[in-house]
Amino acid sequence: MGYPHPPHPRETVVLSQYFGDAEARTFDGWVKRGGYQALKKALAMTPDAIIEELKASGLRGRGGAGFPTGLKWSFMPKNDGKPHYLVCNADESEPGTFKDREIMRWTPHQLIEGCAIGAYAIGAERCYIYIRGEFTEPWKVMTAAVEEAYAKGALGGNVFGTGKRIDIVLHRGAGAYICGEETAMMNSIEGKRGNPRIKPPFPAQAGLFGMPTTINNVETLSTSSHILNRGAAWYKALCLSNPKSTGTKLFSVCGHVMRPGNYELTMGFPMKDLIHDLAGGMRPGRRLKAVIPGGSSVPIMTAEEAEGALCDYEGIVEKGSMLGSAGFIVMDDSTDIVYELRRLAKFYAHEPCAPCPTCREGTAWTTKIIQRSQRDQGKKEDLDLLLDLSDQMTGRTICVLSDSCAAPIVSGIKKFPEEFEAYLSRAKAPALAAV
Amino acid sequence: MTGSTHAHADAPHHPVFVGKVREQLDALFPKYPTKQACLLPALWMVQEARGWISPAAIAEVAEVLGLTPAYVRGVATFYTMYHLHPVGRHFIQVCGTSPCHLCGSDEVLKAILGATGCGELGATSADGRFTVVEVECLGACGFATPVLIDDDFHDSVTPERVAGILARYP
Repeated sequence: MGYPHPPHPRETVVLSQYFGDAEARTFDGWVKRGGYQALKKALAMTPDAIIEELKASGLRGRGGAGFPTGLKWSFMPKNDGKPHYLVCNADESEPGTFKDREIMRWTPHQLIEGCAIGAYAIGAERCYIYIRGEFTEPWKVMTAAVEEAYAKGALGGNVFGTGKRIDIVLHRGAGAYICGEETAMMNSIEGKRGNPRIKPPFPAQAGLFGMPTTINNVETLSTSSHILNRGAAWYKALCLSNPKSTGTKLFSVCGHVMRPGNYELTMGFPMKDLIHDLAGGMRPGRRLKAVIPGGSSVPIMTAEEAEGALCDYEGIVEKGSMLGSAGFIVMDDSTDIVYELRRLAKFYAHEPCAPCPTCREGTAWTTKIIQRSQRDQGKKEDLDLLLDLSDQMTGRTICVLSDSCAAPIVSGIKKFPEEFEAYLSRAKAPALAAV
Repeated sequence: MTGSTHAHADAPHHPVFVGKVREQLDALFPKYPTKQACLLPALWMVQEARGWISPAAIAEVAEVLGLTPAYVRGVATFYTMYHLHPVGRHFIQVCGTSPCHLCGSDEVLKAILGATGCGELGATSADGRFTVVEVECLGACGFATPVLIDDDFHDSVTPERVAGILARYP
């Protein structure tokens, strides 16, 4: 449902069915709504059978990369005698994205069940759920739900009497966007600075505490219970366009729309309808100008590109951007694109972990160069300088934070050059005071 | 953080990890294969108990986890939510990243800075009641502008609602 709005008839409600329903937060309430059936079913299956079911469903990671979940789980070594770990990434910090927050706030047991299924499938007895420090309410709801799940035997040393052990530990972040990167997250759990690690080794070989580890997003894990309950064929059939993008997905819509919120849609849904129909369209008298669809770390789309795109992994790539974590930042024609991109660059300049100079310096310089154009201190060659800088920031660092800053900037310059030129030619009054 | 004792920078250090807090920490150890992994939770415990994390508290955390104070400080400075100097009784975090910015977060921030008497970002009001900071993305973009006061999340805050919300934080 488009919480906080009533569900729209064009939504396909699976994950979000009980958003806004307080009783669903309790163990008994969740069981009454069909909860924990999937976990019981999973524990009676072999891990391989679960992985095959996930593979057949076509589920891809919902955290941004879109990597096939079943395949990721299959990378975990078998019978290696080492402890395995599952890490659930609940560090949702990508500007524009606010879906995992709702899953945790309203349906904590949906996530716990998904984590337990995932842990069992990869041979892990322990799952760490890394919740960003700012998520105080989801933290409280999850803490209460985990305690209840232990008390009811859904977690612990003898899950539902099967003799199997699955523990869930909640780990609170403390303010660092970079900890949403999977290897930085592992360092953070280990009690270190959240610096990403060089890959290889990949987490499935040497991850958390040096042991085989799988990291999945909240939405991905939460989906697994529905696939086990209703079957891979059902999930795979939820597809309006490209067969490589299956199932439903929570799309967060924010910015200049009348009804911001989360909308659960079948993959391949037209973006035009999502923005103008479900999310209520622009404010009266305003027209759509641009959309950054993947959270902020992807190329910006013009109104024409956005209105012609289908909401799935391939459909958005076709129109020059990426689905990412599906947080749509919508901008109407009152938006100063240069000003907003500067604000975004400032975000990226705030978040580097520091070891890679390209990122640490590049994000700061990007911000400063855009800033000076708005202070009436820009130079004609600044656009070329920004493009050159962005090029150097792409593909040259340990993780992709630097690339994430470059993507919206480069596309912004290419798609809205007149806005930058208006500042640089002094045709537009400075938006910022000179310093 | 609400209701915690807000010690001054020059006050003598009384150990945090005694009694109930020590029990809380001890209960965490079996959940991780190393003691070091309890560092982030331990820093949270200090901040909850004292309102901020003093150099003496850093040394205490290092002691209980078998780490060095320099290492603990290195980790603590990495994360923006740990207060390494005293802050006001109520700590206010206002989101200002692009999605909220599009929806008028600048005006909300201005209203909060004015109403609290803090005047500027990072400053504590003269009565010690508030400290206000602008933060990057609180993860509630559809509920612009979100404001986190201590552990309470206020969504869809507008300049008009500011005075009413602040009145709840004496």
